[in-house]
Amino acid sequence: MKKTIMKSAIGGLAAAGLMFSAAVSYADDTLRIVSWGGAYQKGQSLGIFQPAAKAMGITVKEDTYGGISDVKLMVKSGADKFDIFSSGAGSCASGAAEGVLEKLDYSVIDVSNHLPGMYSDYCAGADIFSVVAAYNTETYGEGNGPKTWADFYDVEKFPGTRAMRNKVDGQLETALLADGVPKEQVYEVLDSEEGIERALDKIRSIKPHIAVWWSSGAQHAQLMKDGEVDMTTGWNGRFDVAKEDGAKVAYDWQSGIMDWEGYGIPKGAKNKDLAMKYIAEMMKPEYMAEFAKYITYGPTNGKVYELGLMEESRARMMPSHPDNAKYQLTISQDWYAKWRTIAAEMYTEMMTE
Amino acid sequence: MTIVEAEKLNQKGLQKVAANERFTFFGLTLPYLIMVTALIVIPVGWLFYLSFIGRDGSFSFENYERMMKSKAYIRIFITTFKISILTTIICAAIGYPLAYFMSQLSRKWANICMIGVLIPFWTSLLVRTYAWLVLLQKKGLLNNMAIEMGLITEPIKIVHNTTGTLIGMVHIMLPFLILPLYANMRSIDKDTLKAASSLGATPTRAFWTVFFPLSLPGLLAGLLIVFVLCLGFYVTPAILGGGRVIMAAMKISSNIELYFSWGAASALGVVLLVVTGIILFIASKLVSMDQLGNR
Repeated sequence: MKKTIMKSAIGGLAAAGLMFSAAVSYADDTLRIVSWGGAYQKGQSLGIFQPAAKAMGITVKEDTYGGISDVKLMVKSGADKFDIFSSGAGSCASGAAEGVLEKLDYSVIDVSNHLPGMYSDYCAGADIFSVVAAYNTETYGEGNGPKTWADFYDVEKFPGTRAMRNKVDGQLETALLADGVPKEQVYEVLDSEEGIERALDKIRSIKPHIAVWWSSGAQHAQLMKDGEVDMTTGWNGRFDVAKEDGAKVAYDWQSGIMDWEGYGIPKGAKNKDLAMKYIAEMMKPEYMAEFAKYITYGPTNGKVYELGLMEESRARMMPSHPDNAKYQLTISQDWYAKWRTIAAEMYTEMMTE
Repeated sequence: MTIVEAEKLNQKGLQKVAANERFTFFGLTLPYLIMVTALIVIPVGWLFYLSFIGRDGSFSFENYERMMKSKAYIRIFITTFKISILTTIICAAIGYPLAYFMSQLSRKWANICMIGVLIPFWTSLLVRTYAWLVLLQKKGLLNNMAIEMGLITEPIKIVHNTTGTLIGMVHIMLPFLILPLYANMRSIDKDTLKAASSLGATPTRAFWTVFFPLSLPGLLAGLLIVFVLCLGFYVTPAILGGGRVIMAAMKISSNIELYFSWGAASALGVVLLVVTGIILFIASKLVSMDQLGNR
């Protein structure tokens, strides 16, 4: 009894703390989906969410959210705010480990044409993005900036200020690659505290040159646009959008680290079955090809390339294009599932030194 | 009836009246007591309770052990207090002369000045913080202007560090210092200063021996408000600090993301609360509020 009171009270507090977009009564043919906002969600909305909803004859309401912790808080507090969320594969995996996600029904969702490894039990892969080393073309000249991570960490060859993420995700890999670890061995080396420390030491070596620790894609795009730093780690699509907007920014695929984003369903979602069908619809190649017109994040569905749904020039800009993918390391979700919290604390310690 | 008996009866009556009065007063303060219990005592108690809940939901010290293990936490607390203390000192250095100046003006001019203090106070905190970013960044208004005027050749780093954080926070906190201080200074009887002069005190002497001590309660109230508000600051250091200034509130938020548990975040809140309590206790011992009031 006491425990239930506690639980419901905690739930009440959590619910109050979250946004006010809570359960308005909705019809059976309405789904609520949340994503990251900005250029990314704009592409999703115009290329996938709304066309897929139209094709199915349902209503899809969109909102933004703060990441997998929102899903966790929502499920634990029994609130009901959205049916589907867009999330990085790693975050999704951590949500699955916490038991707050519904297992996806792959008899409904067709992933038979997905590229290898681009879906998991709890997350249906939708697009592929890369962490790259972007540089200011005004500082270094187009094509003459840092191409590899070794260049990014070489402050003598490429003097200038840098920015890195204020979270560990996708950062340690850059340090080891710069340190000469072959991409096949990166996660082997990182599989111990000593290995993580080695990567952190590499970051320490350029720390005086790190002017900003960025916290969001919008921020690192802005940093490049304003010329606040000369180079930064970040997501390729944001830089391409910034470039179209007039930013003097470029990157080379040799620095790419591939990761993917997908859709998940929070445990206990009211409209679970419809959500499942909707995800199945969104997996179709034509939506992915349409999405890629707005932001350079590549399709997880191999059919897009097979059917030639994308123009060749655009396809070449995707992280998953064979010519680009060949250089790249793919993020290991298993490593993040095992080491994220430990590595994150060690990373914060390095940042605060 | 003897006088003694009458006195006894009278005393009884008086006691009864006094008891009734106490009861009434207690009844009148009851809503306040309930409010304090419901809004402060229970939530804070809850915070303490949650901080002892581990990830698996059972009682544990893991949230505190983690803080002992990683040096990052102690550094974050040091940063939090350093930034808060510096902001408070700078606010006092700017705010005191300004409040003094305003208190010497006529009501009309003082009110006009007050509008100048209050208008930024009414603007969204987020907007002001981003405005500072635009002004202070490498290719921002300030650096560009200084370079054009030939004052500097290379842009100087005034944002994405402690300097930028302090500039933003002082700007946001200044009204919290000025408002109580100005109210206090206005209430100081100007005749006391005239009396001091008539007794031969120089203006400087009159200010330091008469005016300044009388303004201390307002100053202390302002300092306290600014300091305590600074401790929980999130947005401004997050944006203007560029990730190089990590304060407790930011770590609380990242711990919720990292550990998915209230406990990991609550423990930080508890430590911040306790350390703040201790600092304020020591401060109150050093400068007794009552003493100041009676001066």
